[in-house]
Amino acid sequence: MSSNLDQLYRQVIMDHYKNPRNKGVIEDNALTINMNNPTCGDRIQLTLKVEDGKIESAKFDGEGCSISLASASMMTQAVKGLPVEDAVKLAKIFYDMMLGNDYDDESYDLGDIEALSGVSKFPARIKCATLAWKAMEQGVGKPEEEED
Amino acid sequence: MSANEWRKLFPILDQEVNGKPLVYLDSAATSQKPIQVIEALDKYYKEYNSNVHRGVHTLGTRATDGYEGAREKVRRFIGAKSTQEIIFTRGTTTAINTVARSYGMANLSEGDEIVITPMEHHSNIIPWQQVAKTTGATLKYIPLQPDGTIDLVDVENTVTEHTKIVSVMQVSNVLGTINPIKEIAAIAHKNGAVMVVDGAQSAPHMKVDVQDLDCDFFAFSAHKMCGPTGIGVLYGKKALLNKMDPVEFGGEMIDFVGLQESTWKELPWKFEGGTPIIAGAIGLGAAIDFLEDIGLDNVLKHEHVLANYAMERLSELDGVTIFGPKERAGLVTFNLDDVHPHDVATVLDSEGIAVRAGHHCAQPLMKWLDVTATARASFYLYNTEDDIDAFLKGLTTAKEYFGHVF
Repeated sequence: MSSNLDQLYRQVIMDHYKNPRNKGVIEDNALTINMNNPTCGDRIQLTLKVEDGKIESAKFDGEGCSISLASASMMTQAVKGLPVEDAVKLAKIFYDMMLGNDYDDESYDLGDIEALSGVSKFPARIKCATLAWKAMEQGVGKPEEEED
Repeated sequence: MSANEWRKLFPILDQEVNGKPLVYLDSAATSQKPIQVIEALDKYYKEYNSNVHRGVHTLGTRATDGYEGAREKVRRFIGAKSTQEIIFTRGTTTAINTVARSYGMANLSEGDEIVITPMEHHSNIIPWQQVAKTTGATLKYIPLQPDGTIDLVDVENTVTEHTKIVSVMQVSNVLGTINPIKEIAAIAHKNGAVMVVDGAQSAPHMKVDVQDLDCDFFAFSAHKMCGPTGIGVLYGKKALLNKMDPVEFGGEMIDFVGLQESTWKELPWKFEGGTPIIAGAIGLGAAIDFLEDIGLDNVLKHEHVLANYAMERLSELDGVTIFGPKERAGLVTFNLDDVHPHDVATVLDSEGIAVRAGHHCAQPLMKWLDVTATARASFYLYNTEDDIDAFLKGLTTAKEYFGHVF
């Protein structure tokens, strides 16, 4: 088994896959975003509660591979309590990480998210990891960008 | 010759991927190319690249001979009556779209029906959705049996006197089902409908005879049958094609051009606007020569053995779901319990094994199967039982790798 594969499927990722955090739906007054990855069939339903420009809570539901579900779980954890603009900045940092670029690991506590850095070695899987983040961006009203 | 010798003719297969010998099990997506096809393309570009049908010069004549010679090879390959019935297209998708846009848009109206099946590839669904939307016709589906086959009784019950078009794939790219096209065509004709066949997954693997099938249109792609990408074929019965309008207008397809009006060339060229896919057609011709040399019956027999062996080996593993009927073409679509197909494909790739994971351009079928994605191993003449052994070993690794998670 290659070490790249071990970097991809780190223990903490498997833990989020097996025990997803914030799985479910926020029922009352939540922003609901449905997004799918048309090339593979992964889908996510993200519900966000945003108050006074701050993400009070985030939950996700959906189907997908270990990487997409673990990433969704980590994303909901990371953005909870963040002002919307910081959540969007964090998404940008995450995309840099996915592309294998240098990324800002000082402005925010990246926590578990850093475990996903191995995904950058697997170009076919980057879209799995970014799905939940794209959904979050759409939810908080960031206009859609061209693919980086 | 055996598969071990056939595979030596495919240079790409002789390489390592992620430090392991490449095991290519994704031929239903696209096949690899034998050296004969690669050399035919190389020779064309090195020796006689030129535009067709117009140059008086020698290269132009050679290119035209190569291009039109390929058309004759295609005619023979699928048993068509005339080369006028062989239209070169960009691939199966463009071929079906041509029928939809030209025949469908002109001949259907409200109250008419188009009949397809839930197992179709998106390229044999969406063109018909568009025809239905524009013309007001209804798109109907023949229900599937639980094992993913079609019962002719259901065809009889779905196709009515209002049906104008029946369009069905000959072989399913997901289930491996081999559909009874000849019988379905007879039912279509009895009701006054035309029969369209998506042959993308059949033409590369079995002898097709369009006159025996009695289909009205037949579409397939070169790249799934050892040929280059970017070229495919639309076969249509001459009487129908003659009555149809072109869908692309411009150079190559015209007879006379006036300031306000123009007229078209005769068949098949009226459907081939613009400089055609010359190298592609020559490459397709070389692929046909190659396949006929091996013998499509031998290809089919070999894939049958591989599919049975794969099914047998897969049944040794716990927690495997196999989709589709027992009797099948050379592919196996499956899922492992607790391991998502993407993860299966990534682990296999790390072992040098290429399989497909996803919805296989068949979202309605995924819904019917009640899954979001599946993994698929598909075989061709260059695959061997050793490939399947490596595949099984890779699956065992994937199960072990993810086994500790759940």
